[in-house]
Amino acid sequence: MDFLFKFPDMGRDNLRDFKKDVDTSFLEFSGEYGEAIEKAFDPLLYFLVWFEKLLINTPWPIILLLIGALAWFGSRSIKISIGSVLSLSLIGYLGMWQDTMSTLAIVSAATFLCIVIGIPLGIWMARSNRVQAIITPILDVMQTIPAFVYLIPVVMLLGIGKAPGLLATCIYAIPPIVRLTNLGIRLVSKDALEAADAFGANYWQKLFGVQIPLALPNIFAGMNQTIMMALSMVVIASMIGVAGLGIPVLRSISNQYLALGLLNGLAIVALAIIFDRITQAYGKRLQKHRYGEHND
Amino acid sequence: MTDIAVSIKGLYKIFGKNPKKALSRIKQGMSKQDLLEKHNHVLGLNDINIEIPEKQISVIMGLSGSGKSTLIRHINRLMEPTAGEVIIGGENVVEMSKNQIRDLRLHKASMVFQKFGLHVHRTISENVAYGLIVQGMKSDEAKKKSHKWLVRVGLEGFEDHYPSQLSGGMQQRVGLARALATDADILLMDEAFSALDPLIRFDMQNILLELQEELHKTIIFITHDLDEALRIGDQIAILRDGEVIQQGDPQQIILKPNDDYIIDFIKDINRGRVIMAKSLAEKGRKNQGPSVNFKTVLEDVLPIIAKSKSQKVNVVDDQDKFIGVLNLESVIDAMARPNIEVSETYR
Ligand SMILES: Nc1ncnc2c1ncn2[C@@H]1O[C@H](COP(=O)(O)OP(=O)(O)OP(=O)(O)O)[C@@H](O)[C@H]1O
Ligand SMILES: [Mg+2]
Repeated sequence: MDFLFKFPDMGRDNLRDFKKDVDTSFLEFSGEYGEAIEKAFDPLLYFLVWFEKLLINTPWPIILLLIGALAWFGSRSIKISIGSVLSLSLIGYLGMWQDTMSTLAIVSAATFLCIVIGIPLGIWMARSNRVQAIITPILDVMQTIPAFVYLIPVVMLLGIGKAPGLLATCIYAIPPIVRLTNLGIRLVSKDALEAADAFGANYWQKLFGVQIPLALPNIFAGMNQTIMMALSMVVIASMIGVAGLGIPVLRSISNQYLALGLLNGLAIVALAIIFDRITQAYGKRLQKHRYGEHND
Repeated sequence: MTDIAVSIKGLYKIFGKNPKKALSRIKQGMSKQDLLEKHNHVLGLNDINIEIPEKQISVIMGLSGSGKSTLIRHINRLMEPTAGEVIIGGENVVEMSKNQIRDLRLHKASMVFQKFGLHVHRTISENVAYGLIVQGMKSDEAKKKSHKWLVRVGLEGFEDHYPSQLSGGMQQRVGLARALATDADILLMDEAFSALDPLIRFDMQNILLELQEELHKTIIFITHDLDEALRIGDQIAILRDGEVIQQGDPQQIILKPNDDYIIDFIKDINRGRVIMAKSLAEKGRKNQGPSVNFKTVLEDVLPIIAKSKSQKVNVVDDQDKFIGVLNLESVIDAMARPNIEVSETYR
């Protein structure tokens, strides 16, 4: 009877040994390669630090101007441009300018990294069903596994600081751009591709002349989601020492500062809305000619 | 005789897991039906032999699923044959290397598609220049050239529009201009006008015929529309279930259909408006009666014959040279629908 009520597990001793084995072998691995991996992240780290300093040391009116210009070139909408500048000004007025710049830096760096890795990966997936079958479940895991769980090996490997923060953010934020690049390329019309083939286009001419341009609206939607997800990692990343709007939030949780937490949280939301509107409006502009303003 | 531009010999295409094995079954006499039901392979093309003369419009006609698209895609090897040869300019396309095929597609054979196949992210002018850009031509030179062809198809002023802003007929003119811009001698047109309204289709046929009068391309034109085939075809091949069942002069196909399938195909056409005097002219001596041009259709010959006392007319060519005589009886015979019994005698 007892057998039915107690699950036949592997036993406490075995389990302990098993966990210990995993831990020690990972520790050994990180001891052996941790430094090399950290080195590999160095250029990124330099870039991130440089970019953060640049943002912080640039006079704020110039940053406001740049954001306004970016919003204008992205969306061609006065409303979005003025809204972006106003909300950033408000953030600054409420004393969160420097943290916002740090957050901008890590989100930009993470987005950049996700694009550089994610788009080629998505293209590769679109080329081969085998690759797609292998990568899709990995992306599923990356998206569903709680961020705290993969923080453990990341921290064991890289310690605390900006580099592990960047890595964790990328793990969380890269799936949408990979998925949507893959999807976008797979959805490119067979007719458009056949025409390219019939006129003698080679592989690269097809990729850069037909597949990517036609997949661009989808790729852009992926980029938009990637930025949103990177922003939503800001608080968790601050747990492992990434500067930015997440730090005050963390402080507010432990000290029960309601106003501080709320303000910084809202600043993150404001950033998210600004980037979302700009990229979406840009994506829409890209599609303008695709489906025709008028069809006769 | 004109030279042969494309020669297709013993071409087979079988869709399925093991086409080679299926091919040997077909060669041992298995039917298309059995191959599909017992072995799950589709016989797409069955021993196609066609010679496409240079500088003429050759029409390949057949109902949906008869293998027309499959056949035309073997000519520039968008599809791999299971067996057979496609000879263009003395070279076998089937044995060409990747680079040779690319060269063929870049310079020798261009294509017009049923669904236009335009690139929606490119302007009209960029679409027309596409083949040139792929060739590696500089963009302003390509633009100049594409402009010339846009003017030719009557789309001047639409350079900076996008395909979605144009009607179907206009889009296909872009498709045509794109194909002509590469200066390829061979033009492959897969149901190029089938997606268009009848009136627009008629316009497009006119544009094609006008251009052809000047350009003398080798045009392989696919259609399922007999009227279209008769209107533009210098010769016609009829495809059924992946097999060529008759090919030759359009007039001959109408006068002497060699298959019930073809009789079915042609039974509804207005014979009086299609059959020309030249096809019925018999050797004989020039008589006193009136003369008609050899391309006059029977409908127009009839009133002339009826008025002529001898019930005969002389048929003459464009230079008024006598070709033969045409009598009322044969005109009436030819205008009557062929029936199955008649066709039996031609088998
Ligand atoms: N990739 C494929 N796999 C299996 N069967 C195919 C494939 N492509 C074509 N077929 C078959 O080959 C036959 C001929 O097809 P094809 O597209 O050449 O016909 P079609 O004459 O162009 O018809 P339509 O007028 O509809 O365009 C059809 O029976 C079709 O089902
Ligand atoms: Mg077809």
